[in-house]
Amino acid sequence: MTRPREPELEHLLRRAGFGAGADEIRAYASLGLLGFTGALSRLLNYAAVPDDVDSNIGRPGYVAVTARGAFMPWLNITDARQRWLFRMVHSRRPLQERMTLFWHNHFATAYSKVAGEAGAEEATRMLAAKPSEDAGGVQGQMELLREHALGNFRTLLVAIAQDPAMLFWLDGRTNVRARPQENFARELMELFTMGVGTFAETDVYAGARVFTGWNLSRPGTGAARRYTFSYNAAQHDTAAKEFTFPIYPGGSRTIPARAASGGMQDGLDLITAVAAHPATGPRLARKLYAFFINEVDAPDEALLRDVAAVYYASGFEIEPMVRRLLLSAAFRDPANYYRRYAWPVEFVVRAVKEVGWAGFSVNDALTPLVNMGQQLFEPPDVNGWALGPEWFSTGAMLARMNFAAQLATNQKFNLRDAFRPAASDPDTLVAHALDRLTAPAYPPQGHAALVDYVHAGGAWTGSDAQLAAKAAGLVHLIVGSGGYQLV
Amino acid sequence: MAVTRRQFVKGGVSAFTFTFAAPAFLSDLAMAQGQTRRNLVVLYLSGGNDALSTLIPYQDPQYYARRPTLAVPAANVLQIGSDSAGHALGLHPRLAGLRSIYNAGRLAIVQRTGYPNSSRSHFLGTDIWSTADPGSPQGAGWLGRYLDMLPSPVDPLTAWSTVRETPRTLMARTVGVPSIPSAAGYAFASPNGGSDATAARQTATRISSHLPADQPHLAFVNATTQAAFATLDRVAQVATYAPTVPYPNNGLAQALRTVAGAMVRGIGTRVFWVQTGGFDTHALQRTNLANGAYANLMGTLDGALSAFYADLLNHGLFNDTLVIQFSEFGRRISENGSEGTDHGAAGLMMALGGGVRGGLYGTAADLRAGASNPTLENNSGDVRHETDFRAVYASVIDRWLGGDSVAVLGGNFRGGPAIL
Repeated sequence: MTRPREPELEHLLRRAGFGAGADEIRAYASLGLLGFTGALSRLLNYAAVPDDVDSNIGRPGYVAVTARGAFMPWLNITDARQRWLFRMVHSRRPLQERMTLFWHNHFATAYSKVAGEAGAEEATRMLAAKPSEDAGGVQGQMELLREHALGNFRTLLVAIAQDPAMLFWLDGRTNVRARPQENFARELMELFTMGVGTFAETDVYAGARVFTGWNLSRPGTGAARRYTFSYNAAQHDTAAKEFTFPIYPGGSRTIPARAASGGMQDGLDLITAVAAHPATGPRLARKLYAFFINEVDAPDEALLRDVAAVYYASGFEIEPMVRRLLLSAAFRDPANYYRRYAWPVEFVVRAVKEVGWAGFSVNDALTPLVNMGQQLFEPPDVNGWALGPEWFSTGAMLARMNFAAQLATNQKFNLRDAFRPAASDPDTLVAHALDRLTAPAYPPQGHAALVDYVHAGGAWTGSDAQLAAKAAGLVHLIVGSGGYQLV
Repeated sequence: MAVTRRQFVKGGVSAFTFTFAAPAFLSDLAMAQGQTRRNLVVLYLSGGNDALSTLIPYQDPQYYARRPTLAVPAANVLQIGSDSAGHALGLHPRLAGLRSIYNAGRLAIVQRTGYPNSSRSHFLGTDIWSTADPGSPQGAGWLGRYLDMLPSPVDPLTAWSTVRETPRTLMARTVGVPSIPSAAGYAFASPNGGSDATAARQTATRISSHLPADQPHLAFVNATTQAAFATLDRVAQVATYAPTVPYPNNGLAQALRTVAGAMVRGIGTRVFWVQTGGFDTHALQRTNLANGAYANLMGTLDGALSAFYADLLNHGLFNDTLVIQFSEFGRRISENGSEGTDHGAAGLMMALGGGVRGGLYGTAADLRAGASNPTLENNSGDVRHETDFRAVYASVIDRWLGGDSVAVLGGNFRGGPAIL
């Protein structure tokens, strides 16, 4: 009594989304005769799918959130974290959520510093508010990333350079003419675009001067005051700035001296230059490859070159890069299945989708996620989270196993009912569990260990009590096992 | 192009060759290896500590000229004397506990530590300090290489990271160092109780014993699980530790409390990693304000180390303990327009412990701008290093851990400051 597996679709949904339960896989499988291609097209062209996921928060049939008073994700960071997890579980645009998470790691901005300087409510607003729900129409950084998730990278860089949360996070708000502030300019080059080793210290100093005057203002009165980007001409360094790499298409390395009133153009010119720098496309291609295809083996260099070429040819568009990757032969190659280390958020959301959520609140995943090493809106530093094997310290691995136990305990009676058709004998029960959890082929010794576990504690009768205990126990063990940490 | 941390881990998993022995055997091994009771605690101040605000040249007019808002008034510093070149120096006013330890002769401060062509990148800089290899800062960390040279198999609990991630410094090729941010949370839960929970743990242990050579990524994750199971029960003993003095309620102090617990319970750990962040003070550094950012950083450091010091003294463990502190770089000499400081070059290191020969080592920089000033670099913007940080590591390896610093560091860095 197991459902037929759809290995290619399961793979697609784990990579271009956060995995899928049986119903969702069936829904994608039924998108016409094209199967994989049809599903992929639907995932990529998410603009055609209504962005209605938030309207389901609090409705029966969906994973729960836990509000302390009113649920206000634009003012309360705990609620914002819950809303984002809810979206990952239930969005009909999973690739958009996935890319938003990618950019959150790329432009890694931490709530704690922003809140320390601006206060908890302002910080949450600057990071997570939707324009439609804030009286001041603030678009939080995460909503910005969502809007541009598959958009134009240069446009996204400009928006990020002017994003109030970023202006707090990398101190751009205090970057003034007399003594320029290097933090944003350095990370723009080192982390957001070209990468370490591609520029000189003098470029950092020149870059800091470029962004002098890119500050914040806080217009309005009383509760309506909002932080907003403002170019402060009086604080802009108007002298020319020299770089070691070309700034303009003709090869000029100098941003010319400009009148203060027009000095904002300096920053736009530098952003264009770093977006166009020959190291930026390959670096983005490499990060996206690791995010979508494989982070274990040496990458497919020809494909990386293609993806980088697409970036430059399209004028820095992200969607064609992702499309090129997802449509590649490498993506569909079964040798690349389960060749990524699941980020904690990926692990948690996939587990909720595959194990079940009736009666579960994403609030109960927040502390486990901290213990696994990934708290949303709280990357450890501007370099983002340490990915790949670095997720897997012993403490973090225990946190993953213990989340599996917590979720399985919570879902014990749902699992008992769902596993009843497979209650005939331990082997069938184990097969059912492995299929439900889209596990990779289990090695014989691991499979035998699971069957022995079902046998442990008494002869198998398939009673309700036995089924409840062993269904939850199997889910705990499989979700907590090494194979499940790979997606 | 320099190699990033991420590239290391992508290419590096297959280089790990973990071996495992039964937990009971490891426990015996730990006892045997525990012939020496010496402990090493590595303290990392993340973000790039502004050394000039920790150890203050309070008689240098250039210090006040270049730091109009950040300089600490001479009247407020905690004077600790002069270095060998006659520069009068004092600690930040929030470091009263450290001054007591200094006065007791158990704190060494090594000025102007760094390396040639200092990286101003947090990430590259941290990798360089972690690997002790500025030319090729990838692969195992310097203490990881030390662990790799211990007789095999190495007990995973020989080292303990108190942060969630295993730091590069402790990355070894033959053993996965456990990360245990909280001893109490380091346990294995199960949906069912009693004998079923026991069966679950046995099953999880069996599943994770699969270490396929052709799937190094899966082997790596499973090896991590095995290391967790091999260390769980001993760590549980630490969770119940009640210290002899109160520790402040912050991450660093609580981590040091756990470290003290592990030492007192004698579970076999020899090398600990603790860290505290917030040192990337580009703006509003506020060295002087009572609740200012930097003043609080110093307060956290001082409170945590003072409690740890007192607790270890009470247990008679201080003589067996060495704490060494580092940060990825020092900061720019002149403050920026945001009342902060940008990334600089040389910083300072501290060593604290019963075997430490306390005092001031090295000489303070001359902060006068000028092309002929050999103590500065980067157009006199940054402090130039005087002592290679690897010389301090060499002392620790040779004189404290009983290892061979030439083998571990891949070169002879002996002959540095005689802090031990």
